[in-house]
Amino acid sequence: MASTAVAVGGAPRPGRVRAFLLRLRSGDEIAHLITLIFASAIFLVTVLLVFELYRNSALAREKFGWQFFYSRTWDPVFEQFGALPFIFGTVVTSAVGLLMAVPLGVGAAIFLAEMAPARVSDALTFVIELLAAVPSVIYGLLAIFTLVPLLRTTVQPFLKRTLGFLPLFQGPAYGVGLLAAGLILAIMIVPFIVSISREVLLAVPVEQREAALALGATRWESTWKVVVPYARAGILGSIFLAMARALGETMAVTMVIGNDPKISSSLFAPGYSIAAVIANEFTEATGDLYVHALIELGLVLFILTIVLNGLARLLILATHRKGTAHP
Amino acid sequence: MNYRTLWRKSVNAVMFSLTGLATVLTVSVLFFILGYLVWYGGRAINWDFFTKLPKPVGETGGGMANAIVGSVKLLLLATLTGVPIGFMGGVYLAEFGGKTFSFLLRYTTDLLNGVPSIVMGIFAYTMVVLPMKHFSTLAGGLALGVMMIPIAVRSTEEFLRTVPVTLREGALALGACKWKAITTVVIPAAIRGILTGIILDLARVAGETAPLLFTAFNNRFWSPGWNQPTASLPVMIFTYAIAPYEDWHRQAWAAGLVLLGLVLLTNITARVVLARKLSSAAG
Repeated sequence: MASTAVAVGGAPRPGRVRAFLLRLRSGDEIAHLITLIFASAIFLVTVLLVFELYRNSALAREKFGWQFFYSRTWDPVFEQFGALPFIFGTVVTSAVGLLMAVPLGVGAAIFLAEMAPARVSDALTFVIELLAAVPSVIYGLLAIFTLVPLLRTTVQPFLKRTLGFLPLFQGPAYGVGLLAAGLILAIMIVPFIVSISREVLLAVPVEQREAALALGATRWESTWKVVVPYARAGILGSIFLAMARALGETMAVTMVIGNDPKISSSLFAPGYSIAAVIANEFTEATGDLYVHALIELGLVLFILTIVLNGLARLLILATHRKGTAHP
Repeated sequence: MNYRTLWRKSVNAVMFSLTGLATVLTVSVLFFILGYLVWYGGRAINWDFFTKLPKPVGETGGGMANAIVGSVKLLLLATLTGVPIGFMGGVYLAEFGGKTFSFLLRYTTDLLNGVPSIVMGIFAYTMVVLPMKHFSTLAGGLALGVMMIPIAVRSTEEFLRTVPVTLREGALALGACKWKAITTVVIPAAIRGILTGIILDLARVAGETAPLLFTAFNNRFWSPGWNQPTASLPVMIFTYAIAPYEDWHRQAWAAGLVLLGLVLLTNITARVVLARKLSSAAG
């Protein structure tokens, strides 16, 4: 398009120029251009987002370098900023969340795709997708007033009695802490795993199932040994997507994680996550270095989730391609 | 039946019961959430909640009228900034886009959709709050607007693609040029779907809290114009839920019920409309 516009000046090829002018007069080129500008605005926003995060974390990046990632002091008064406790909290809560959400989510997806009659499956999926629409602050609100007291009075004492010999389940039972944050994350990410895994499972060609059943496999064997391996990449994609959600989840985690930048071996202990510290301290941050350190945390979170999302999309895309390649 | 077959059959039964259990557990969460909010929120909600300003700290009573208006203003701004970009981008993808650029654009949109909301807050902070040197409704609206773009793009593109090719061909055959065919035939045919998608999009950002914390901030009074910090329902829920006052907790439940009610109602209505639309398009 640009080259044709240049050709108008030189005018060596009258045919193409006339065609272009005709299209211009009818407005198609203009419409194309206008929508292209808006479409490019999306790129611009994304690039600007990266640029702003990078530019506004310069002070912290220059001062601390790589030390930012392995220093565990977070001391705004003396302007010492190390991100390790937050990275730890984010990773641990996400891991706990995934540990519970993956079996639950994949299990439910298998049931919905393989067992349930189509109408029941659709209705239940509808309900599960509504769960994904519930705002995270509502999950947080419920967690504060139901999950946390339950953990404090029942679950944590029970775990301590039975599994207390493990360092994971020691220390005082506050209710709030890494365990509570992990649990609420699990509840929040299950819908994503279910709805995407179900879709990839449904995309597996029915011949695969029929072949397995014809060979004498039980329903479960055909599902577990044929269908699930076939959809493996897509299920993995849904898990990555859920992981990205868990890492970036802010409100519900902020409300129950305890907000204490410590690294401890017990899941009962309060912790802090990257998103939570940004949410809590951003408005109180005094001094440019403090703000820049928080924005650098945002940059870390951004890069992590972008990488995970990118991988997840590719995996899901790959399964769908494979699924439709055998009609 | 030999022992081996029996074993395989019981594994089959046990495993499928377990997956069924997982489904029941997951589905019951929604009813649990609804039950709790209706129970606690229903007791807490009253007329004052919708009409009064928050009372000073320590006094009981008051409401969240300013937060409700604040949320509406923020969503209005978000729609005005995010939807035009998303809609036009979607039209480009469905009607004009080439191969490579379109793939890149779709991929970027997906990535933008996955950016944590708190990072969007930082973005709006650096773009609006830093230059203006104070929190404002404008900054909050912009943060939400950027978050609306990805879904607006995808739903516009998807619904434009459901319009049958014959419709376009008919318009072109009658002598309309491409843009006329798009604006007078294709978009009107898809507009209900697109609008429903955008309403779903709106319902999603309506509950966002993290991007507002340091853009729109909070306000215990009315926020005239667009240039001052404003209260919003999600931020109020957050502030009130973590506060130590009993009466604030009561109001947090009420606000939670209102927010959840709106979000779920919009979602259910929109999805039912979409399902009917898609099935009528297919049939």
